[in-house]
Amino acid sequence: MNSKLNLNPKTIHSARKAASNIAEDVQGFIDRHTTVTVERAIARLLGIDGVDEIDRPLPNIVVDNIKEGSGLREGIVYWLGNAMIHTGDTPQVIAEKVSRGELDLTKLPLANENEIKEKVNEIAGQTVNKIKENRNKREDYIETLGEGRQPYLYVIVATGNIYEDVVQAQAAARQGADIIAVIRTTAQSLLDYVPYGATTEGFGGTYATQENFKIMRKALDEVGEEVGRYIRLCNYCSGLCMPEIAAMGALERLDVMLNDALYGILFRDINMQRTLVDQYFSRVINGFAGVIINTGEDNYLTTADAVEEAHTVLASQFMNEQFAKKAGIPEEQMGLGHAFEMAPEIENGFLLELAQAQMAREIFPKAPLKYMPPTKFMTGNIFKGHLQNAMFNLVSVWTNQGLQLLGMLTEAIHTPHLQDRALAIENAKYIFNNARDIGDEVTFKEGGLIQTRAQEVLKNSEELLSEIEKEGLFSTIEKGKFASIKRARTGGKGLEGVVQKGEKYYNPFIEMMLGGER
Amino acid sequence: MNNIQKVDLTKIKPYGDTLNDGMVQLSFTLPVPYGDEAKEAARILARQMGFDEPNVVHASDLGVGYTHFIVYGKCQHTVDFTRIEVPKVEVASMAMEEVEEYIKRNIKREITIVGACTGTDAHTVGIDAIMNMKGYAGHYGLERYKGIDAINMGSQVLNEELVARAIEENADAILVSQVVTQKNVHIPNLTQLVELLEAEGIRDKIVLCCGGPRITHELAKELGYDAGFGTGSYADDVATFVVTEIVNRKLV
Repeated sequence: MNSKLNLNPKTIHSARKAASNIAEDVQGFIDRHTTVTVERAIARLLGIDGVDEIDRPLPNIVVDNIKEGSGLREGIVYWLGNAMIHTGDTPQVIAEKVSRGELDLTKLPLANENEIKEKVNEIAGQTVNKIKENRNKREDYIETLGEGRQPYLYVIVATGNIYEDVVQAQAAARQGADIIAVIRTTAQSLLDYVPYGATTEGFGGTYATQENFKIMRKALDEVGEEVGRYIRLCNYCSGLCMPEIAAMGALERLDVMLNDALYGILFRDINMQRTLVDQYFSRVINGFAGVIINTGEDNYLTTADAVEEAHTVLASQFMNEQFAKKAGIPEEQMGLGHAFEMAPEIENGFLLELAQAQMAREIFPKAPLKYMPPTKFMTGNIFKGHLQNAMFNLVSVWTNQGLQLLGMLTEAIHTPHLQDRALAIENAKYIFNNARDIGDEVTFKEGGLIQTRAQEVLKNSEELLSEIEKEGLFSTIEKGKFASIKRARTGGKGLEGVVQKGEKYYNPFIEMMLGGER
Repeated sequence: MNNIQKVDLTKIKPYGDTLNDGMVQLSFTLPVPYGDEAKEAARILARQMGFDEPNVVHASDLGVGYTHFIVYGKCQHTVDFTRIEVPKVEVASMAMEEVEEYIKRNIKREITIVGACTGTDAHTVGIDAIMNMKGYAGHYGLERYKGIDAINMGSQVLNEELVARAIEENADAILVSQVVTQKNVHIPNLTQLVELLEAEGIRDKIVLCCGGPRITHELAKELGYDAGFGTGSYADDVATFVVTEIVNRKLV
């Protein structure tokens, strides 16, 4: 692709190289550690599900049992595999026994390590096949039903009640939506467990549970057949249970997942060590399952200034690309994020937005970029808001964004009403259709405002990345370089769930998902 | 020729393009399939809402057997504007420099303000707009004020954590933001904070403010806060209130 922005390939290369070194540096730390939720995700992938009589999830019960026996360093595979050999039971039956206090995993006689691995590999292989089948099924659907054109129309539902969500999601699909995200209840990211079963109560969203995933998947498949378009399902693989949500999503064929450690560190005050380890395994699963990840750079701009801090968005995109690569995620599944968040009063603000969006497009040519709508400067004036969203839609079609999270005219007032979503879809469809090939037709003035702006943002971003490369990611975050928010290495939530891996540690899924055939 | 009607403030009604035409635009959805019956239902409903000559100007099928309408109607009701009373934060706001000067002259020490977006609310836009250095819409945030130590705890902060931090920092004021709330969860959440501060015996030593799109000064007072700030409030409004309240209540 010819650069319309006259970006210097050397600067791009140098920024990418720095990002790669940053990711490499952190990867060393990641490889040496595991966390409670990584282990619970493995438990889920080995077939452990359900809750005890006081609603404690069995994956938590099993991992807690191992933790209490000081065995977490060896990982769940070791102890569970050992128990399978000892009892001849399935992981689920073992988990139930542990929950009733009939079995203590770290107190059993120890079997041979290789035998344990073999035992677990057998079940792990079945799960991996199941996920592969889900992936094939998605591809079949897309082949037979077809799919919407990019930018995909992406809308959220957030009633708190999964059955009500179904009604709204199906309505949105009939109106033209391509991706439905079921927003999570706001407190869920800070829960160190995943709730169980179908849920009908939530605040500002609906609990992410495997049953809720299943219910919505079925509803979207049904409406997809009806409208003749595969409808993608999105959820939030973030917070304290990243890899578990990824595992559940892979099993229930979710298509898109919000998945960004930096976002959790900065905006949910989740401990950085914890969430970077969590992110890695969650991305391995997402990558293998064919899930498009969405990164959270857009959120920086809800706090920091979109003009002054634009380079931090790009820097984070570069890093997210490298972290994703390490976890085996192909570029086509990297929904790197950014947002239309410049103050509407800025003269030529639209041109700056256009520069930023086009720049991301050129630097990450294959990535289905996730473009987020204006939120910070939405005022309650729904008429102006509708217009702001129209400007946002125009930038998107102009620069071939991948996933267009539609702006709601009632942003800043309430979670979307049924008609708000319909109006948002109408707005986007009108503009996408009406200006479809504008990007192919229009070039930018040599040395003009748009080119200059993009070049400047790229340059600043490259400088920031080389600083981070020298400093290390952890201390950069400690200094508040992203979104103007400072987070301590040992601060935030979830650090107690991180342990260094022992010698016998084994996770078959990393190899099975990163290695073999996809 | 001067036949333009004068506004009668004791009987005001909506203005479309002629005084007292009562014109109102409405937009809503009914859970019935698109069609003539749906439009008629919307019309009848608008009439029951008190609109004369309701006119369904647009109806569209929302795809689940529901229909969205845009309706115009003439409002029959009037309001006596001369009898309206709205409680407000009764302080004319000072600019940042004036607040800084006020602190220097009247408080003579650095004051500490702890802010958070509490409960399940994950939306920091409100508290950030007031506290972050950059501020919002040209109004610098409290972090930039000389004489104010502004501590922004971010989102999803438990009331207990907020109170603990306020005690630890010996805070002069607490700011609570509630932006997106569902099913009115912000009300019990805001109430609980007041109860905690009372239980700790520090409620009367602290200036307590809340803010957010659904917060009014009146609601805040009802819930036991010193002030409430709705949309369109900036850091200088909040800062002015806090510093004058510190002086007025002799918390210097």
